[in-house]
Amino acid sequence: MADVSSLEEAVAELVRDGDAVAMEGFTHLIPFAAGHELLRQGRRDLELIRMTPDVLYDQLVGMGAARRLVFSYGGNPGVGSLHRFRDAIEHGWPRAVEIEEHSHAGMANRYVAGASGLPCALMRGYVGTDLMARTRVEPVVCPFTGERLVAVPALRPDVAIVHAQEADRHGNVQLWGIPGVQKEAVLAAERSLVTVERIVDELTPRPGGVVLPGWVIDAVAEAPGGSRPSYSLGITERDNAFYREWDAISRDRHSFSAWMDEHVLAGAAL
Amino acid sequence: MTAAEAGEIQTVVAARRLRAARSVFIGVGRPSTAAILARMVLNPELVLVYESGTIGAKPFRVPLSIGDGELAETADAIVSVPEMFNYWIGPGRIDVAFLGAAQVDRFCNLNSTVIGAYDSPSTRLPGAGGAPEIAASCREVVVVAPHSRRTLVERLDFVTTVGHGDGPGARERLGFRGQGPSAVITDLGVLEPDPQTLELTLTQLHPGVTQDEARERTGWALAVASPLRSTEPPTDAELGALRELVSR
Repeated sequence: MADVSSLEEAVAELVRDGDAVAMEGFTHLIPFAAGHELLRQGRRDLELIRMTPDVLYDQLVGMGAARRLVFSYGGNPGVGSLHRFRDAIEHGWPRAVEIEEHSHAGMANRYVAGASGLPCALMRGYVGTDLMARTRVEPVVCPFTGERLVAVPALRPDVAIVHAQEADRHGNVQLWGIPGVQKEAVLAAERSLVTVERIVDELTPRPGGVVLPGWVIDAVAEAPGGSRPSYSLGITERDNAFYREWDAISRDRHSFSAWMDEHVLAGAAL
Repeated sequence: MTAAEAGEIQTVVAARRLRAARSVFIGVGRPSTAAILARMVLNPELVLVYESGTIGAKPFRVPLSIGDGELAETADAIVSVPEMFNYWIGPGRIDVAFLGAAQVDRFCNLNSTVIGAYDSPSTRLPGAGGAPEIAASCREVVVVAPHSRRTLVERLDFVTTVGHGDGPGARERLGFRGQGPSAVITDLGVLEPDPQTLELTLTQLHPGVTQDEARERTGWALAVASPLRSTEPPTDAELGALRELVSR
């Protein structure tokens, strides 16, 4: 059964320096509060895994918490570049970051393989692209039809961190709306932490709801508003204005650092 | 109504490509605006599919991200990312995919990964996202891009997404199921693959644009189809709906 604890305790308990950490949430339910707690606790040398690095990983990379990034799309959706992500790759600031990149289909299937306890996933993809020579993907032949496919290696993060709308007091979690790859990330990982908007006496089934039983999760922590500036459908709204503002905040190293000091390290609200 | 601007014409022309489509796969920005416009005025039954897993979304506003709450609230179905790629895109269930790119070459291959060398890029771009598999498997791909030498280049710095590869037969050799790119819609006109060579050829010019202008702003020696079509100017209904949509 998942421990229902504070976010501070859960991060201290589950995330170690050097870990491969997957924080998932596809536009929706991005675990910002947990990511910020990682920074406050000074976690270093992380391998950060995430399909869409977006603003949260821009912050972690810009603060120098990552030694390696595994991803498939590093942009601020609808706005433009992730300036800290670019600065790290283009200029090694504040430190050089090793990268491993895939397509979305590749990353999604890597999580599925991890969640399934399989060493790899089979798919159609990558062929003909320059990505093929730059990442971990291998051609394979279907033993039944002879069709040429590719295999991508399973993702097995040390820790998965996701955000959801609700948990009950036993740590059973329910999320709804865009489900992304959160279920796969939790099931693929060695350890897992779920932050939730609220803890309720009983989970009410929702249309399209994804339920993660408490016994596959290590810790659940209440973090109201914990996905802002992303959102938790039905509870908070995506702060599109902030995503636009991030472009100017993050463009300059000093304004970025000052913003992070004030809003994340000092723990002030966004 | 004031005359249409180049960007508005580009959006309307992109929307018109969806007149007969059942479903369209869309990213953010102009393609999203075009697809929502198509649903408003040309094809009310059009199914909008966003990478975030929202199938049949009916947004009232143009969403900033591909996963805005309104898409989830109005969708016919919401699926996980693995399901989106494995069950919906891979088997070729989507008719048209709208894609953008930083660079497009004459065979409509796309770069959205790096400008410069991969290990020491001058500009690190976002990366592949869903594009490689979307372009391989959706029945048809339409690229929406600015008409400039920076975008329409002789040689890609990185092949992120295969369009028509190195020409006829390339997609078949790679085992792709979809037919590949059918058009690049720019702010000057429309480029379509030549039926024999598959090289992108200027087939249509927007009002007030000259062939020379299009040639000058293309990074390869742009062939021009004969006859060359002229874009029918946006109707009041199209333009009115577009302006109302972006003002919401």
